[in-house]
Amino acid sequence: MSNIIDLKKGLNIPVSGTAALETKKTIVPDVVAVKPSDFKGLFPRLLVKEGDKVLAGSPVLADKQNPDILVTSPVGGTVQEIVRGEKRKLLAVLIKADAAGEAVDFGTGMPANAEAVKETLLKSGLWPFIIQRPYGIIANPAVTPKAVFVSAFSTAPLAADAEYALGGEVDAIQAGVSAVAKIAKVIVCVNDSASAFAKLSDATIYTVNGKKHPAGNVGVQISHISPIKKGETVWTLSLEALAAIGKLIKTGKVDLTRKVAVTGPAAIEPAYVTALPGTPIAALKSFYNSAEAELRFISGDILSGENVGENGYLGFKDNQVTIMKEGREREWFGWAKPFRFNQFSSSMTYFSWLLPKKKYNMDTNVHGGPRAFVLSDVYGKVLPMDLYPVYLVKACLAGDIDKMEKFGIYEVLPEDLALCEFVDPSKNNIQAMIQSGIDLMIKEMA
Amino acid sequence: MEENTVKPGLFEKGGKLGWLHSSWDAFDTFLRVPATVTSKGAHVRDAVDIKRVMIIVVLALVPAALFGMWNVGYQYNLATGDLPGFWNQFFWGLFKVLPLFLVSYIVGLGIEFASAQIKGEEVNEGYLVSGMLIPLIVPVDVPLWMLAIATAFAVIFGKEVFGGTGMNFLNPALLCRAFLFFSYPSAMSGSQVWIAHRCGADAVTGATPLSYLSEGQGAMDALSNAGFSFWQMFSGIIPGSVGETSVIAILIGAVILIWTGVASWKIMVSSVAGGLLIGWLGTLCNATDIPAYYHLVMGGFALGSVFMATDPVTSAQTECGKWIYGFLVGAIAVIVRLFNPGYAEGMMLAILLGNVFAPIIDHCVVSAHISRRAKKIA
Repeated sequence: MSNIIDLKKGLNIPVSGTAALETKKTIVPDVVAVKPSDFKGLFPRLLVKEGDKVLAGSPVLADKQNPDILVTSPVGGTVQEIVRGEKRKLLAVLIKADAAGEAVDFGTGMPANAEAVKETLLKSGLWPFIIQRPYGIIANPAVTPKAVFVSAFSTAPLAADAEYALGGEVDAIQAGVSAVAKIAKVIVCVNDSASAFAKLSDATIYTVNGKKHPAGNVGVQISHISPIKKGETVWTLSLEALAAIGKLIKTGKVDLTRKVAVTGPAAIEPAYVTALPGTPIAALKSFYNSAEAELRFISGDILSGENVGENGYLGFKDNQVTIMKEGREREWFGWAKPFRFNQFSSSMTYFSWLLPKKKYNMDTNVHGGPRAFVLSDVYGKVLPMDLYPVYLVKACLAGDIDKMEKFGIYEVLPEDLALCEFVDPSKNNIQAMIQSGIDLMIKEMA
Repeated sequence: MEENTVKPGLFEKGGKLGWLHSSWDAFDTFLRVPATVTSKGAHVRDAVDIKRVMIIVVLALVPAALFGMWNVGYQYNLATGDLPGFWNQFFWGLFKVLPLFLVSYIVGLGIEFASAQIKGEEVNEGYLVSGMLIPLIVPVDVPLWMLAIATAFAVIFGKEVFGGTGMNFLNPALLCRAFLFFSYPSAMSGSQVWIAHRCGADAVTGATPLSYLSEGQGAMDALSNAGFSFWQMFSGIIPGSVGETSVIAILIGAVILIWTGVASWKIMVSSVAGGLLIGWLGTLCNATDIPAYYHLVMGGFALGSVFMATDPVTSAQTECGKWIYGFLVGAIAVIVRLFNPGYAEGMMLAILLGNVFAPIIDHCVVSAHISRRAKKIA
């Protein structure tokens, strides 16, 4: 195959707690949460009230701007509680699952054309899994993208192994790809031409040669295959989403069950579980001991995941939970010690390079105070994109739309620059800065 | 957890001495890593911070500083015959140089702390390096009050008015030297300032090798008549500013900086290339008979290329720009040396000029990047 991308830059953070390739248990959650915040770009309108019966696939939320976009319940049961925050902001819809687990039947069979595919995805609530770039928001059904990109591997720290988690669902993923291919060209990036996903048909396969994060980020792959121009739109889909689409076509039912990697330095015997999105973190009780230390529970990975807390829920698109200690301990003379063998630094100012195999029990300490940008060359080394990250971030900070466009705001999402944030000795919140730039673009370009 | 027992609420915002928060915080975080945990974005962060980056540069300067201290004593010994023995010379030099360090750090850090207090921000670590550099780039006998004024000027007008470390466009240490040079030229140039002398004694005459450059075609003879060989200049047993003389000590620092990635090797290499090229052209057009490589070991060229041209804040920010910037610095330094006999040390102004041009160089590189991107995705 000639479609090969070589990526050299990047960094694999040697954090401990990789999930063993075994599925410890199947979690049948008592309650699942549907959270609007899992869907960027969704202006939620509530379609249910407390006490309503729902089936798996029944609409729970709709988008105010585009009422065709629905978010549906992953389980059958009863709406237990509508959780609201300040100013009555909708935070979550809690659905108590019942034993029957009934599902809406959307009918089986491959939809005939693009319109039928769109309709099926919109009705079943799988549409919100389609992320549109630029901006990383829910795709607009009225726009036909120039392509749909799928990354069939993840290089994020401790990420679920795609071959293990989804290797058994290749048939469903194939059905999903074939359906989406009716809307636009599908491009799948694999990291190994022997991968189970390299044989998908109805898709163009690219092989990415690069073992370092963020080679598995779909944004990086897009920028090497077909960079996004102003005015263009591409969609991205995860393998989980394609599997769900495939299962919908094959069985007529919404089935969001997935293998979730429970990982992280504070996870006890990290491994996989089978779970639904919206599963309470507390259902993973056997994997942690919160009496011993203050823990952080992240839905997703340590770079771009969301801190959901012990009382939180697995994000709708996530297939990973990371558990780690909060780093509130204060180390004496941390910065001045010649050796700190328990702290990882990618910088040569420490001696982590002496222990290339070591996995670190990392915590959430920032390891320093916020400063202005001082070093200029550390960011580019972990970003395999043709971008000037510091200039892009500064344009975002300045709210300069013209400059943001020129420096490539259309091509990035915060996750693509997460490593720049990790290595930054000035401790800037680069992902938040990029997000603020993207938010401004959405507001101004709407 | 334990933070509240050691860090008293006294200095926290709202506490009795809350207005001293920035200073308290500076000492507190100097001793212990802050307890801050990540709140947005990446949940884990690299162990490196600006404190670590700066301490590496300070560490890299230590060989040059130690050598400088000994050399101050040794030069005095050469000129007067006093002070036999290595340790005598070293300690005599130490006591000559220590006041320079004290003045530089007390004045500079004092201003840094004060301005951090006024702005209510954390104290920046940048001055740890500037404060170390300043004593190394001045003649050992510079009056302390002059040094104090120059340091204050450099920190306030070179850095704080722009917003502190990371926002300045001129290297503060060089600005301090430039201020001294133009305000008090008699204390900064000529042949009487380079060798320390005891209070009350007559000034000792000892020109630096650079002063013979004005001889043009006869410079090589003048140098060897004065007893300066290449190896002497390379090892640094010659008169000069405190830390600039020993290329060996500076190279040790360069290795540390390049290995740790704190300073750009591109700037160092291109600056040497620029200096060599102009030095070579100078011999071609008979402006001088000094071989090009001599320029690398004379005066402040080595110290400037390794420690000051590479200042990450004031140098070019783009990788391509660093090549151009470094070359420009090296080239201008030697041009000034060759064609301006009245002012032999070109490195200081070359770097300051490079600092001024760095944003323009970056602008050109970035514009090229933008149009290349535009073409690629068009």
